[in-house]
Amino acid sequence: MSNECKVDCGRRRLVVATAAVGGAGAVAALVPFVASLLPSERAKAAGAPVEVDISKLEPGQMMTVEWRGKPVWIINRNKDMLETLTKLNDQVADPKSDKKMQPDYCKNDTRSIKPEIMVAVGICTHLGCSPSSKFKKGAEEGMSGDWLGGFLCPCHGSTFDFAGRVYKAKPAPDNLEVPPHYYIAENRILIGEDKKGA
Amino acid sequence: MKKILVALLFAPLMALASSAALHLDKWPGSVADKPALQNGAKLFVNYCLNCHGASYMRYNRLTELGLTEEQVKDNLMFTAEKIGEQMRVAARTDEQKQWFGAAPPDLTVIARARASEHGSGADWLYTYLRQFYRDDKRPTGWNNVVFDNVGMPHILWQLQGQQVLNHETHKLELAVPGTLSPKEYDQAISDLVGFLVWMGEPMQEQRKQLGIIVLLFLGVLFVLAYALKKNYWKDVK
Amino acid sequence: MANTSFEKYKSDGSLGGNVLEWVDARFPLTASIKGHLTEYYAPKNFNFWYFFGSLALLVLVIQIVTGIFLVMHYKPDAALNANGVPVAFASVEYIMRDVPWGWVIRYMHSTGASAFFIVVYLHMFRGLMYGSYRQPRELTWLFGVGIFLCLMGEAFFGYLLPWGQMSFWGAQVIVNLFSAIPLVGEPLSIWLRGDFVIGDATLNRFFSFHVIAFPLVLLGLIAAHILALHETGSNNPDGVEIKAKKDERGIPLDGIPFHPYYTVKDIVGVVVFLMAFSAIMFFAPEGGGYFLEYNNFFPADPLKTPPHIAPVWYFTPYYSILRAMVWPIFGLDAKFWGVVAMGASVVIFAFLPWLDKSPVKSIRYRGPIYKTFLTLFVISFFILGYLGTQPPSYWGEKISQVCSLIYFGFFLLMPWYSKVDKYRPAPDRVTM
Repeated sequence: MSNECKVDCGRRRLVVATAAVGGAGAVAALVPFVASLLPSERAKAAGAPVEVDISKLEPGQMMTVEWRGKPVWIINRNKDMLETLTKLNDQVADPKSDKKMQPDYCKNDTRSIKPEIMVAVGICTHLGCSPSSKFKKGAEEGMSGDWLGGFLCPCHGSTFDFAGRVYKAKPAPDNLEVPPHYYIAENRILIGEDKKGA
Repeated sequence: MKKILVALLFAPLMALASSAALHLDKWPGSVADKPALQNGAKLFVNYCLNCHGASYMRYNRLTELGLTEEQVKDNLMFTAEKIGEQMRVAARTDEQKQWFGAAPPDLTVIARARASEHGSGADWLYTYLRQFYRDDKRPTGWNNVVFDNVGMPHILWQLQGQQVLNHETHKLELAVPGTLSPKEYDQAISDLVGFLVWMGEPMQEQRKQLGIIVLLFLGVLFVLAYALKKNYWKDVK
Repeated sequence: MANTSFEKYKSDGSLGGNVLEWVDARFPLTASIKGHLTEYYAPKNFNFWYFFGSLALLVLVIQIVTGIFLVMHYKPDAALNANGVPVAFASVEYIMRDVPWGWVIRYMHSTGASAFFIVVYLHMFRGLMYGSYRQPRELTWLFGVGIFLCLMGEAFFGYLLPWGQMSFWGAQVIVNLFSAIPLVGEPLSIWLRGDFVIGDATLNRFFSFHVIAFPLVLLGLIAAHILALHETGSNNPDGVEIKAKKDERGIPLDGIPFHPYYTVKDIVGVVVFLMAFSAIMFFAPEGGGYFLEYNNFFPADPLKTPPHIAPVWYFTPYYSILRAMVWPIFGLDAKFWGVVAMGASVVIFAFLPWLDKSPVKSIRYRGPIYKTFLTLFVISFFILGYLGTQPPSYWGEKISQVCSLIYFGFFLLMPWYSKVDKYRPAPDRVTM
């Protein structure tokens, strides 16, 4: 080895150093190309937070807005609807919202900032269909007699309650996602952004 | 012999090159001057954006001038609702075409487009915006020294006042003073031009910074590569 | 040297060795590496001028990689968007502003276009100086002329894509050249455009040519160019055949393996080239209005010709030759002869191997007449190039006519002056 080194050591060091520096340069040169595949400013602008006025949303009603191409539901839950939540605690898969399907400020019994106002992404966590609302009780909605109201995914039959919690033994694995949002005024919600400094 | 031939060939070329030159005043500003650019942005949205779009430029990019999003929204954003939107013109381009005959050009890259062998785009704009004069033969009542028979009226005349062209001296004279003194007006135009230059290529400062890093890196690589080449080639006799 | 057969790799029993043996039995891997790199013997006396072949290959890679990424964001559409700007033009500014790092990729591509021509022109000049086109390398030279023509097409089609004023009017002028052809000219130019003016149809077909058709042909020609070169072996600044003197193992006495000697040398060339390339790209991407023309920052407007249109710098010598033809001959108008002269000025390179009658290849051993002609040719080329960027003028026309004569004289008089010129006999072996 030492014999070999007398001839070649300097050369080998140079080869390694040049290859290392050149390789680092090649990797750095990749950055613009890889980064150019990220969402552009146009895509970001299209995916920007959406401001929603909920002053006309009556109790018991629901509205849908689009955010990043996805439907976001805003439900003004009345007293009856809210009462169903505690009754269903043992029928839903994740009653305490332990899985991270909501921002921390919505990890509570109602999965919301204000108890009445539910904000959720209306996309089933199973395979991405949009569930339909079945707000009335029992057979009135064509559901079983003990149905307390909520959502039914038409694709594979997953059911969710008024807080978007998925029922046990259904195809969907998780509760509906609650997007980041906050109140910029009493009746105005900004969907898509956490409150700054929060 | 060869030298004489070269000289003979090049002499007429030199004569060609010095054809009638358009005199442009040198733009005195700098794209590094953030307060000036902010002032220029304000002038731009108040005076230019009514008719000209800057449609490749997004409002949120104005935060690179040292403004917060709130400041941009409150002071500069009149033609859009969301901060990520482009700086569109207030009027519709097809309607403008009916009004003016041609739609006023988009100004996003105007400072790059107006460069020529006579000077930079900034020089052209700086001269152009200061050399409007009264001309009753034009439908708008205005003409311009560097842009003869210009279609645009002098939007900033209240600031500059009204100039007339002295046909004997071929110089502009201020006939009616405006709300700004000539010095203040030049400064305002310099700021506005600065904004246009910046908007033409908002990443121009980053571009140069990155260039320095790349060249330093290549310098190091050169030293290594050269040493490597020397090492191998010492075998070649 | 591809004519020697190489032994297949025999495994030493390790996993890597076994894989290599398996591959080698089915694919000429070892043979390719040896034949083109480690046992390809290149003359040991290459000088500065021999960097430009590998640099041309580097620029090709830069253009292909940046091109692939630009196509992801660019839209070849001449229609106006909601802001009254052509979609294609706006999509270039979209790349410059909205795509993360898009400006780096775009400037690499636009600087790369000019760099390609600089490197290729120097590569061709090297061939002229050292007689690299001479027997037995005529095919290598012909493939090279093919590459040059293809590159001109590629650059021409690509230049329309930003859809600025110079893109539009440049394409307009060049396509109208075809209308100079008697009888079929007018319908031909309409067929080429797919419209009565340069329009959306033209933009889309040029896009297709630029990103698919021409790159494919270019790659094929480059492969042929290199294969032909490696068949005959490289020429050198002395213009002597190193294969004439071999040692007992059949290795040329003046040859050294391309790898590692010329790979480490070319790396130095690459780094120096990249420094120049980066200096332009990061500090002067417009290249003083020559690499990105100022008027091209105005979107294409079919109703308004810019006051002065000139082709991009790498086409201007030929453009000057086009403008120099002002006389009708044989009842055909000057426009037709201008087109003929312009075409001939490029194609004439292909005839060089048969025009040159000198007993020596390299300029080192040639006489004063050849040196004078080559010098005049290069000066004329530069003057024609300069004049092509300028508006037409009386003196410009006269000078370009003189320079065009010199340009063609260099080629057409070669059979005579290369024969009568003095020369020194070339040595048997290369000089360092």
